[in-house]
Amino acid sequence: MEEAVISTSTPAVELEGITKRFPGVVANRDISMSVQQGHVHAIVGENGAGKSTLMKILYGMQRPDEGEIRVNGTAVGFRSPADAITAGIGMVHQHFMLADNLTVLENVILGSEPRRAGVAIDFGAARKRIRTISDTYGLGIDPDAMVEDLGVGARQRVEILKVLYRGARILILDEPTAVLVPQEVEELFGNLRELVREGLTIIFISHKLDEVLSVADAITVIRRGTTVASVDPKDVTARQLAELMVGTELPSPETRESTVTDVVALSVRDLSVHSADGRRLVDGVGFDIRKGEVLGIAGVEGNGQAELVEAIMGMRAADGEIRLGEEDISAWPTLRRREAGIGYIPEDRHRHGLLLEAPLWENRILGHQTRRPNVKGPWIDRTGAREDTRRIVTEYDVRTPGIDVDAAALSGGNQQKLIVGREMSGDPVFLIASHPTRGVDVGAQAAIWDHLRAARAAGLAVLLISADLDELIGLSDTLKVILRGRIVADVDPRDVTPERLGSAMTGAGGAA
Amino acid sequence: MKAAESSFADRLLGRVRLSGLLSLAAPVVAILFAALITSIVLLATGAPPLDTLVIMGEYGVQPRSIVLTLNSATTFYLAAIAVAIGFRMNLFNIGVDGQYRLAALISAAVGGAVVLPGPLHTVLVILVAMLVGAGWASIAALLKVKRGVSEVISTIMLNAIATALGSWLLNKERLAVEVAGSNNIGTKPIAESGRVPGLALIPGTEAKVFGLLFLAIAVGVGYHVLLNRTRFGFDLRATGQSETAAVASGVNVKKMIVIAMLLSGAAAGLIGMPQLLGASYSYSLDFPTGLGFTGIAIALLGRNHPVGIAFGALLWAFLDTSSSILQLHEIAPELVAIMQGTIVLSVIVAYELVHRYQVVAGQRRVSKELASGTPPQGEGASA
Repeated sequence: MEEAVISTSTPAVELEGITKRFPGVVANRDISMSVQQGHVHAIVGENGAGKSTLMKILYGMQRPDEGEIRVNGTAVGFRSPADAITAGIGMVHQHFMLADNLTVLENVILGSEPRRAGVAIDFGAARKRIRTISDTYGLGIDPDAMVEDLGVGARQRVEILKVLYRGARILILDEPTAVLVPQEVEELFGNLRELVREGLTIIFISHKLDEVLSVADAITVIRRGTTVASVDPKDVTARQLAELMVGTELPSPETRESTVTDVVALSVRDLSVHSADGRRLVDGVGFDIRKGEVLGIAGVEGNGQAELVEAIMGMRAADGEIRLGEEDISAWPTLRRREAGIGYIPEDRHRHGLLLEAPLWENRILGHQTRRPNVKGPWIDRTGAREDTRRIVTEYDVRTPGIDVDAAALSGGNQQKLIVGREMSGDPVFLIASHPTRGVDVGAQAAIWDHLRAARAAGLAVLLISADLDELIGLSDTLKVILRGRIVADVDPRDVTPERLGSAMTGAGGAA
Repeated sequence: MKAAESSFADRLLGRVRLSGLLSLAAPVVAILFAALITSIVLLATGAPPLDTLVIMGEYGVQPRSIVLTLNSATTFYLAAIAVAIGFRMNLFNIGVDGQYRLAALISAAVGGAVVLPGPLHTVLVILVAMLVGAGWASIAALLKVKRGVSEVISTIMLNAIATALGSWLLNKERLAVEVAGSNNIGTKPIAESGRVPGLALIPGTEAKVFGLLFLAIAVGVGYHVLLNRTRFGFDLRATGQSETAAVASGVNVKKMIVIAMLLSGAAAGLIGMPQLLGASYSYSLDFPTGLGFTGIAIALLGRNHPVGIAFGALLWAFLDTSSSILQLHEIAPELVAIMQGTIVLSVIVAYELVHRYQVVAGQRRVSKELASGTPPQGEGASA
């Protein structure tokens, strides 16, 4: 292991020979790295490489099977995050852990409330302390704002503040930019530089290389659960870094020639979805998707994409008209829509796509339980279903010891390949692909893109929803931007950058 | 990266399977453990543990005891299957008890009121029982689907209502008549044409095995086939494993709730049939209560598997039967209730332990593969 920075001071964090095993999934294996004080140290690796596990170990959420952790030169053995916090380590999770209906102040002190005379909560002292921290590090947080009124960027700063409030000197940020648009990312990086200037150490997990190169002082690359290189960002290009991460040539989501026809496969008119309290989650959305066309929907998560998909699938009540080909399917139940040829790659495969405790061949039946080869009349056709599962496993390169293995035993990428294979079976005419490559490794990602491209060339209409802007721009024939449930812009994917798409997503740019 | 974890409830209700020999290890460990606890209790009460168990065992294998065991096991099996149908879909039908009693009462009354030729009479009684059981369960199903009322609460309350309704109906002004030779009252006895004769299966005793033993076996086979071989069963299991995934796959969950509850209720209706048509021919106040709860325990013991439930029902019935000998030896027969309780508890604990052992064994296997340089199956970037 070569060290990028030679320093005489004690490293803030040292990891040596960290190994962690899980059943059936890749684990951390012999991880060694050293994080200097006052550095932004980036840990990069593709999805599923083991970054998050490593951070959970460092934060005491999981215990390593082997290896040693040293904080400021002292060996530590964390049993829980509380131990890590005592040692000055704080973590900002990828998904925020804030109570929306409380103020910033209440959220920050929750669990470590300052007491006055042992009983009453000392709000005054807490408010003062939050103001001081916010001013020292330039976070710009008002302690009395309600969290539900804050934007994503501000919520993240509240999370950071929460950690600082507990006295952390070493901050772990797990994929902090995943939920941010490019402008917010710049702000976050400004904050991070501020923190480092004040002597804090930041461990920054990401797989977005441009961001890493622009903010990190040192980079450690993780591949397949182990550290493969430590590099100085000044010495590498994004491409070199990517190749270190992947270990192979890079795939790209680009589609070349257009296969769009003029036959409309799915047409949505004036579709609205209301929440239980009457808010419009999807607000008068309309679009056409033609055969051989991929329509991408860009938007910051939580702007109505999930509800739109569920409305099209018939899983959620909606107003408006949905036509599949010539037929008005608005009143059809989910099953009938599926039978009519709608395929569905759900956003959350564990919740909506799989029976984790059931074998692969039973998962092949899920969503197709009225169609051959899975059933004959009211009977399950075991032979047919099993044979077709074998076909999917082979054609879609699902890495598994057999089709009797429970779906839970497969890695995310292989689970996803199974779902893609299943949803492509039975000749769908329209496919909903919701975050089709989220949380899958790079090999599976390339394979899934290939399958989507091939299906598109064969005349499939695809609705693509993704948080990965490169994927959206690369795969889509048409791009629409959704904001607060409304389609706010049409974008030409041949002539847009992620930055411009990002501004359109926040409503800053308008029509591109 | 996260290993998908099954919940304790999933494992409790057998929705997570253990593989191979391990699935046998759990019940064996559990029974040994229960025997140990029972021995401690016996020692504490001053009875010799080994001798007591021997007494129970010797009494239990006498021909007459075997018949008694088989007969109660038939009833228990039907009760456990009724519960298990709901369990497989995450429905907790606590109301099996009320469904069974009401069904037995009304079907007995109908059976006593009519005279039909041969098998038709029997079939009519059984059909009425299933309809009444399903009908009583449907109240809970509709409340859940239409109003979101938890079936646990509604079925418990319906049990109480069934008790009240039962005693109101079982009155000389309504469905009951005086039982000849006693001051007990019951429904009018079912005529010869409706009865199901017993079978002299066990040599060496006059006692006969319920003819409806075969009904219980048929229900068990039907349960297995329905759940594992049909589309309906697939939808039912899918809903039990993950309601969200079932919805996304096009399963109409509300419809499934209603159907599963009706099936569970219909099976509950069958519980009283072996006794009614095979021995007492009339429903009276001395019909056993609490069978629905025994069914819950046995369904847990058998982990909702038709064969597992059969073993559970036999074990439970064996313990019940052999308890009657204990009094002769001045040992409290309540000892059996303690044994039954410990067996259920230790089965649950043992399955949990074996499950954890399996996870650790899996980890070891994966780490071995990691150490030898091959990535665990399915992970790792493909070129």
